[in-house]
Amino acid sequence: MPVVLDVENVSKGFPGVRALDRVSLGLRSGRAHGLVGENGAGKSTLIKVLTGVYRPDSGVVRLGGTETAFTGPADAQRAGISTIHQEVDLIPLMSVARNVFLGREPRNRFGLIDGAALNAAAAELLARYGVRADVRRPLGGYGLGTQQMVALARAMSFDARVVVMDEPTSSLEPREVATLFEVVDRLKEDGVAVCYVSHRMDELYRLCDDVTVLRDGRRVHTGELAGLKRVDLVALMLGRDSGELRAHGATAFSGEHHADGEPVLRASGLVSRPRVAGVSVEVRPGEVVGLAGLLGSGRSETARAIAGSAPRQAGSVEVAGTRVAGGPGAAIRAGVSMLAEDRKADGIIPNLSIRENIVLAALPRLSRGGVVSRARQDRVVATFMTRLRIKASSAEQKVGELSGGNQQKVLLARALCLEPKVLLLDEPTRGIDVGAKAEVQALIDELAGQGLGVLLISSDTEELIEGADRLVVLRDGTVSGQVPPGRVTEAALLAALAAEEPDVSEDPDVAQDPDVPEEADRG
Amino acid sequence: MVSEPLSEPASPPSGSAPGTDPGSRAARFRAREARRLLAASVLQRQGAAVVLVLLCVYAWIAYPHFGTGDNLRDLALQSSFLAVVALGMTFVIITGGIDLSVGSVYALGGVLAAYGARGGFFGALLLPLAVCGTLGVVQGLIIARTGMAPFIVTLAGMLFARGLLLAITHEGAETYKIGAGAVFLNLGRGTWFGIGHPVWFTLALSGAGALTLRRTRFGQALFAIGGSESSARLMGLPVARDKVVVYGLSATLAGFAGAMTAAYVQSGVTVIGVGTELDAIAAVVIGGTLLAGGAGTVLGTLVGVLLRNVIQNIINQIGTLDSNYQSVVSGGFLLVVVVAQRWLTTRRVRS
Amino acid sequence: MAEAAAAPRTMSGARGAVLQEYGVYLAVAVLIVFNLAFTANFWSAANLRTQLVQAAPVVIVAVGMALVIGTEGIDLSVGAVMALVAALIPLYLGYGVAAAFAVALVAGALSGLLSGTLVAVLGVQPIVATLALLVGLRGLGLVIAHGQLVDVHDAALLDLGSGALLGIPVIVWFAAGAAASAGLLVGRTTFGRQLVAVGGNRSAAALSGLPVRRILITVYVLCGVLAALAGVLATARLRAGDPADTGQLMELSAITAVVVGGTPLTGGRVRVPGTVAGALLMQLVRATLIKHDLPDSTAQMVQAALIVVAVYTARERSTR
Repeated sequence: MPVVLDVENVSKGFPGVRALDRVSLGLRSGRAHGLVGENGAGKSTLIKVLTGVYRPDSGVVRLGGTETAFTGPADAQRAGISTIHQEVDLIPLMSVARNVFLGREPRNRFGLIDGAALNAAAAELLARYGVRADVRRPLGGYGLGTQQMVALARAMSFDARVVVMDEPTSSLEPREVATLFEVVDRLKEDGVAVCYVSHRMDELYRLCDDVTVLRDGRRVHTGELAGLKRVDLVALMLGRDSGELRAHGATAFSGEHHADGEPVLRASGLVSRPRVAGVSVEVRPGEVVGLAGLLGSGRSETARAIAGSAPRQAGSVEVAGTRVAGGPGAAIRAGVSMLAEDRKADGIIPNLSIRENIVLAALPRLSRGGVVSRARQDRVVATFMTRLRIKASSAEQKVGELSGGNQQKVLLARALCLEPKVLLLDEPTRGIDVGAKAEVQALIDELAGQGLGVLLISSDTEELIEGADRLVVLRDGTVSGQVPPGRVTEAALLAALAAEEPDVSEDPDVAQDPDVPEEADRG
Repeated sequence: MVSEPLSEPASPPSGSAPGTDPGSRAARFRAREARRLLAASVLQRQGAAVVLVLLCVYAWIAYPHFGTGDNLRDLALQSSFLAVVALGMTFVIITGGIDLSVGSVYALGGVLAAYGARGGFFGALLLPLAVCGTLGVVQGLIIARTGMAPFIVTLAGMLFARGLLLAITHEGAETYKIGAGAVFLNLGRGTWFGIGHPVWFTLALSGAGALTLRRTRFGQALFAIGGSESSARLMGLPVARDKVVVYGLSATLAGFAGAMTAAYVQSGVTVIGVGTELDAIAAVVIGGTLLAGGAGTVLGTLVGVLLRNVIQNIINQIGTLDSNYQSVVSGGFLLVVVVAQRWLTTRRVRS
Repeated sequence: MAEAAAAPRTMSGARGAVLQEYGVYLAVAVLIVFNLAFTANFWSAANLRTQLVQAAPVVIVAVGMALVIGTEGIDLSVGAVMALVAALIPLYLGYGVAAAFAVALVAGALSGLLSGTLVAVLGVQPIVATLALLVGLRGLGLVIAHGQLVDVHDAALLDLGSGALLGIPVIVWFAAGAAASAGLLVGRTTFGRQLVAVGGNRSAAALSGLPVRRILITVYVLCGVLAALAGVLATARLRAGDPADTGQLMELSAITAVVVGGTPLTGGRVRVPGTVAGALLMQLVRATLIKHDLPDSTAQMVQAALIVVAVYTARERSTR
C-alpha cells in the first residue's frame, strides 16, 4: 500500500514550547491511521502541519513521495487533503448548503451562484451521509452532531486523497457515529488514506489499521494496531511503558497522608451539562483525592462545577458541613480554591506583576477602605515567593515573562493566599519543567500534611498514583469506579481506565439502517 | 419554511450513551422552541421594515402632505446619499469590521468632484472615485496586513481625509462651484421618469450590492469572514484580499455619494459629512446587520436609512416638534434593536 | 517552559519596549524643545496657559475613556454626554451653580449606568451600546435647548471657565485633579487593580471571584461623570450652553489621546500619565504646526499618521 502523505522528522516550536520534536508519520492509501496522545502531546500541531495550517520549523512533508510545502489550508485542500476539525470549523450563521460549498459554489452562465443547484447538490450530498436537514436554514440552528456531519460531508465533497479527522465523534450521537464509521470504511475501500485522531479505545480498534502514539511532542510508538493490547496502548499514551515499570521515586510525593474526620468537601449528585452527569465525591482534611479519567470524561468539568465556575443544574456542594451557593465568589468565601486547567486562558493576567497576580483574589482582604495596602501585600507576596521558590527578578516582574513553572507557582500562591480549606488542582504540573514539577508535587504533599483537602486531576499517571491517597474514576460524566486507599497502583488505574465500553457501533439495528430520520433541530 | 422538524428519532440503540434524549416529549419541546426562535428571528429581521410600513401608513393618514408626490420624491432623494454610504458600510460590517472614515471621505468626494469638474464630466466623476478608492484600499491594506483594529485605522483615515479636503480647499476657505451648464450636474439634479438620478443610482447600486453579497463567491466569503474569520481561513478563503476590497469599496461608494451630493448642490461643500459615518452605522445596524459581522442584508440597510428619514420627515410634518427629536428616536430605536439582537442571539446560543 | 521567552530579549526588542513605554513622553519633550528653539513666544505664560486650557477638556474625558478602554471596552457617548450637559446647565442654573453642577454629574452617571448595564449585564458590544447613546443623547440635548445656544450669565459658573487659581486656570486644575484621582484609583485602590485584571483576563478575574459586572458598570459610570464634568467646564468657558457644538467629535479626540498614550485597545492596562501626555501631544502637534504657518489640513494628516504609528508600535509589543 503506497504512502500518500508522510512527514519525516518534523519539528515545530512556539515561543516557550516545543510542540513537535522530530516526529514522523506515514499515511497509507486505503488504511486508517490512528493518532493518539493526551492533551498537549502534539496531536493538533501535527494535524495542522499535515493540513497546511502550520509550516514545520524543520523536517519534510511529502505528498505522494515528492517533497512539498503547503502555502496554506487552501493549498493543502487543492492537493487533496481534507480535514474535519474537532471544533466544527464552519460558519454557524450561514445556511447548511452554503457552508458545504463555500468557496466552490456552483455558478450559472452569468457567473452568479446558482442557488437552486447549490441547495439541490447539498441536499443530495448530505442525504448520502444520512443527514436530513433543511439545507436552506442556518447551520447554527442544528445540533452539534448534525453540524459535524455537515463538516464531514463538506470534507468528503473534495475528492480527497487524504482525510484527517480530529476527534470527529466527540459531539456525535451513536447513530451518527455509526454513519461516520461507514464513511470511514467506504473511504478505505476507495483507497483514501485516513488519519484518525481519537482517545476512544473502541473507535480506534474498530476503525484503525495502524496507530501512532505521541507524548510531549515526541513519537513514542508506531505500528499495527491489531497486535497491541488496549491496556498497553493506554500505558503508552499515559507514558507508563509497561517495560519500564519503576516502583517509586519518579515523583516528589512522599506517600500516604493521615486523613481523618468528617469530609471537608462533600459534592453529591453534581450535574453540569453537557459533560457532568451526576458525580459525587468527598474529600477529607489532609487527604489527596485523585480524580481520574480519560480526556473528555468530565474530570475538569467536575472541578469547575465544585468551584462554582460552571453552572450546576443539580447536586450540592458542602464545605465543612455548610452548603455553598453557585458562583466562584461564594466558593472562594467558603474556602474552595481552584487552579484552573488552562493556565493562559483562565489563570494568569500576563500584563500584571507577580505581586498583583498573587493577591488578585485576596485584594479586598489586603486593603483598608478600598485602598490597597502595599506593605501588607508585600509581606504576603514575599512569604509566598520564598515558600514556593518563585524565581523572578522581583515581585514586580510581569507574569507573562515568567516560565510556565513559575507562572503555575504564582497561581498556586494566588489560591493559597485565600487560606482555603479545599484545593482543586486541575493539571497542576502540565507543561512545566521537571524541577518545577517536583517542587509543585512536594508542595501538594506539604499542604495535605497541613490538613488541606486536595482534589487532584492529572493526566500524568505517575503523579496521580503517587500523589493521591485514593482515586475516583470518571467516565462519561459519571463515577465509574473507585480505587480505595492502599490499593492505588498503576495496574488498578489502568484497568479502571481501559475498561471496555458498550460498543454501540456493533448494534446491527443502527448499522444497517442509514435511513433513521435525522433529528432536525435543537434550536 | 420549516414546518415541523423531522424529529421522533427511531427507537434508540440499546446501549444508548447518556446525553441522548430520545423521548418524544423532549423532541416536541425542541420543535416548539425552534418555531419560537424562527418567529423571533423573522421578527428581528423584518422588525425595522414593519415599523417603517406602520410609520408610513400613519403619516399618510395623519399628514396630507406626506403622501404627495413631491414629498415622497424629496424623501427618496434625500435618503439616497446616505443610502450609498451605508451600502459600503454594510459590506464592511458584514466582515466584522467598521469604517469610521466614510463621513470625511464622503465630504472629500464632493470637493474632489467639484474640483475635477473643470476637467469635464469624467474629471468630476473619476477624480473622487480614484482618490477615495485609493484611500480605502490603503486602509484595507493596513488592516489586513498588520492586524490593527479597523476602528483605529479608519479613525486615522477619517482625520486624514478631512485634512486632505482642507488642503484642497485652502483650509476650507474655497468652495469650488460647478458651472451651471456642466453635464456633470445631471448626476445629482437630473431626473428620469420624474425621479431624481441619485435615487436610480442608489437602487442600481443596491441591487448590484445585494446580488454581489448573495450570489457571488466574493459576497459569500464576506459572510464567512464575519461569521468566523479563523474558519474562513481554514476553508482557504482569501481573507486578506477580500478585506482590502471591502474597505476600498466602502470608500469608493462614499466618494461617489459625495460626487452625487456635489452635483446636486452644484458645489463641493466642505463642512458636510461630520457624523455621517455614525448615521450610516446606525442605519446598517437598525437594518438587522449584526455589528459583530456574519449576517446582514442590503435591503435591511435601505430600510434603516428610510426609517431615519421618514422619522425626520414626519417630525417636519408635525411642524411644532423640534427636528432634533429625530436623533432621539433613532438613538432609542437603535438601543431597542441591539438589545433585541443580543437577546435573540444569546437565546440561540444557549438552546 | 518559557525561560526561552524571557531570556533572548534582543537589544532591538528592549529598545522597542522602551520606545513603547516612554515614546509619548519623549515625543512631548521633543516638541517642547523644538518649540523652545524655533517658536517665538512659546515660553510665554500666556501661550502655555492657552495650550493647557485647550488640552484640559480632552484630558478630563480621555482619563475616563482610559478606564473604559482598560476593561477592553470603549465609550463613544462622551461627546454626546457633554452636549446633553450643555443643554441641562442653563435650565438648572436658576437653582444655583451647585444644583446645576449636580444635575449635570447625575446625568453623566445615568448615561454611564445605562451603557454599563448594556455592556456588563446584557453583553451588548460596548461600541454599539455607546453609539446608540451618542446618537440619542445629543439629540436629547438639542431638543431640551430647542436647538439653540443659550447664554449663561452666572458669575460663579463663568469663573469655572475663565477664572484662575494661583495663576493657573481653574479648568486646568480640574483636569489635573481628574488625572490625579484616576491615577490613584488605578494604581492604589482595590477597585482600580480589579478593573485592570478584568481587562487583562476576564475569565481569570471571574474565576478569582471578582465582581466583574459591578466593576464594568462602575467604570462606565465614572467615564460618564467625567464627560459631564468636561461638559460643565466647556459650557462655562463658552459662556453659553451649546448642545450643537459642545463635545463634537470629543469621543475621537479622547480615544486618540488614550491610544497614543500607550493604553492598548485590548485592555488590561491603563496608563493615566500616558493618556495625559497623549492629549498634550496631540495639542502640541497642532499648535506647533499652526505656529509655523502649516495649515490645519497638514496638522490633521500628521495626526492621522501619528495615530497609526503609535498604535502600530503598541501592537508590536503587546502581541509578544
